[in-house]
Amino acid sequence: MATPSATLGAAVPRSARVVPHTVSPGLWTLAWRRLKSDKVGMVSLVIVVLYLVMVILSALGLIANDWQKEVGVNYAPPSFLGAEKVVAAPDETPSVPAVPGGLTVPIGGGTTAGAAGGTSPATSSGAPAAPAYQSTIVDPIGDVIARLRAGKLPAGALPPETAEEKSVDPLAQVMSEIRADQKVAKAEKHETRLATLPFGGDKWGRDVLKKTVKGSETSIFVGIAAATVATLIGTLLGAIAGYYGRWVDDFLNWFYSVFSSMPGLLLIFAVAAVLQHKGVFTIVLILGLTGWTGVFRLIRAEYLKHKAREYVQAADAIGASNARRMFIHIFPNVSHVALVQLSILVVAFIKAEVILSFLGFGVPVDVVSWGSMLNEAQNELILGKWWQLVAAGTAMAILVTAFSIFTDSLRDALDPRLKGRAGA
Amino acid sequence: MGGYIVRRLWQMIPTMLGVVLLVFVLFNWVGGDPAYVLAGKISSHEQIENIRRQLGIDQPYYVQLGIFLKQIVTANFGSSWSTNEKVSHILLTRLGPSLTVLVPLLILGTLISIGLALAVAYVRGSLTDRMVMIVCTVGLSISILVYIIVFQYVFAYKLGWFPVQGWGDSFWQNLVVYASLPILIALAVSIAPDLRLYRTFVLDEINQDYVRTARAKGVSENRVIWVHVLRNASIPIITYLMSGLPGLLLGSFLIERFFSIPGIGREVILAVERSDFPVIKAITVYVAFATIFTNLLADLTYKAVDPRVQLK
Repeated sequence: MATPSATLGAAVPRSARVVPHTVSPGLWTLAWRRLKSDKVGMVSLVIVVLYLVMVILSALGLIANDWQKEVGVNYAPPSFLGAEKVVAAPDETPSVPAVPGGLTVPIGGGTTAGAAGGTSPATSSGAPAAPAYQSTIVDPIGDVIARLRAGKLPAGALPPETAEEKSVDPLAQVMSEIRADQKVAKAEKHETRLATLPFGGDKWGRDVLKKTVKGSETSIFVGIAAATVATLIGTLLGAIAGYYGRWVDDFLNWFYSVFSSMPGLLLIFAVAAVLQHKGVFTIVLILGLTGWTGVFRLIRAEYLKHKAREYVQAADAIGASNARRMFIHIFPNVSHVALVQLSILVVAFIKAEVILSFLGFGVPVDVVSWGSMLNEAQNELILGKWWQLVAAGTAMAILVTAFSIFTDSLRDALDPRLKGRAGA
Repeated sequence: MGGYIVRRLWQMIPTMLGVVLLVFVLFNWVGGDPAYVLAGKISSHEQIENIRRQLGIDQPYYVQLGIFLKQIVTANFGSSWSTNEKVSHILLTRLGPSLTVLVPLLILGTLISIGLALAVAYVRGSLTDRMVMIVCTVGLSISILVYIIVFQYVFAYKLGWFPVQGWGDSFWQNLVVYASLPILIALAVSIAPDLRLYRTFVLDEINQDYVRTARAKGVSENRVIWVHVLRNASIPIITYLMSGLPGLLLGSFLIERFFSIPGIGREVILAVERSDFPVIKAITVYVAFATIFTNLLADLTYKAVDPRVQLK
């Protein structure tokens, strides 16, 4: 865009007279100027960039690399709340005072803060002495049982399992094997755990802050990657349909109407049901392959409009090939449409990923995302542990707000005719 | 008009066949051998062969496609793989609970969003307008999951105003007792995006010349807004509502799952969890057909509310 006027300026003989050498700004320069003058848009752009930096650092393993490490007690509360008040059993006095931050509680078999408070004097010397319930055992009501036991039975004398449990529970045998394994594992490392963590801990005492960072990495990566795939598919098909027209257009339009006649989430569910393999790239593929229809429709309309313009005829006249006309000549003039659609899709796909992962159709179990955090948080809330819900929910809400506002600003900057039109 | 409808119905056929083909390719080809899914992990070779014969997947692909088409036309998808319930029976019995939540939600949501949109657009550019828009944008950014989890916890679990979840047998009990909290949550979630959209529709009309003319000839402000503006703004609103109808049936799947409402949306999730292919196939195909038909209906309503529209 900038080159024609620049060459015109240079074409005038310099000796004749001094021509003010002004280069008229191109579309992107103008858009960037408009965007810069939009304060709210710039603030949201900064927030989005900060998130992206965090994602890149986390992907490189520079931060939150050890998110899986169980550093705190189970459900360690956030530091600003202070350590959890010890649930005092009738005949016991709380031995762990509620001291905020930095306090370490020796783990006697990894019970909850409450139960550990009751039993820690007796068991602090030997960690594997009385493993009531190991914290790492995946047992949703494990800590509740542990608390009940701590209340009823004398401290330090908790039997690993009762005869009754053995006769009733068909899995008692398996359970005792797991316990034996755990004992060996625990005996090797004496560890102390923090009573509080900056943003609290989850069921296994993992740092919620680090988990949120890692979850952001997954969710944002899925959103951006899937949106890129969908935009590429939509742009390519839209360009071909709009440029070639005739039967190509008819065929691709049929393809489009088939895909768009299924409500998006239903199609995603159907593909998720069929693809048994779970993984981050599977979900990128699912979202990308189902979400291209909106981009297709807009890009096709743009190509229909542009292919009859003079500059394309001129390109034809100088012998530019079809592919060259489509992607070198026309595409730069419609790329802003694709960019805005990409931006809209990122937000939509982040939301979709969160829902899919929440339902268990998304990322695999060993990968943390905002959706899987919310899934855990649903059960934790009943126990009064709200911090994981707030952490994941807030991290997502801030990014999505900033990204949506940025998208609006971007569209206003690239296509000022639409200014003030929200939604649609 | 009649010719137009016939032509549109004729044009639907390739799209519907495309949907059938897509679902067929997805479940019979991409998904691998359904017999392994159905037989489970421990199965002998004969069992697999038996199941393949029962499902008809030992036949060539074109025969299988024929079987699938026959299933769709006769609405006989056989039985669910996990509960052995007839698929047609599943669909019919799940429709009621879904509609019990959806119909009140649709009516209330539309009335509230349109009312608010008119009010906000009337004071456009003011502080109120901007505040409402900011609240909408922020509200939209919070995951729907967070809304459901928190509302269910606070209003049902903590305060006990509503049952935490459940579904009864009598319609009125369902509507008043069990459906009210789900409807409230869905309203809270759906009003923000609708309001944003409807506001732009109203704004497109409120600056038109005919509004100025109406004011100039002394029409009361109420009449200008509620008759002149609303009637014109309702054209895109109705089209938008119509085109979203089939999606709504599934849109509330999260609500149905959280509150154990035995509706279509929850059935889809259950079916995906259990790899219950006949149920997913049936729901996918029929919802897609419903979408294609409502698209035609949307265009016809468009014509009905706006006589200027020329149907080609």
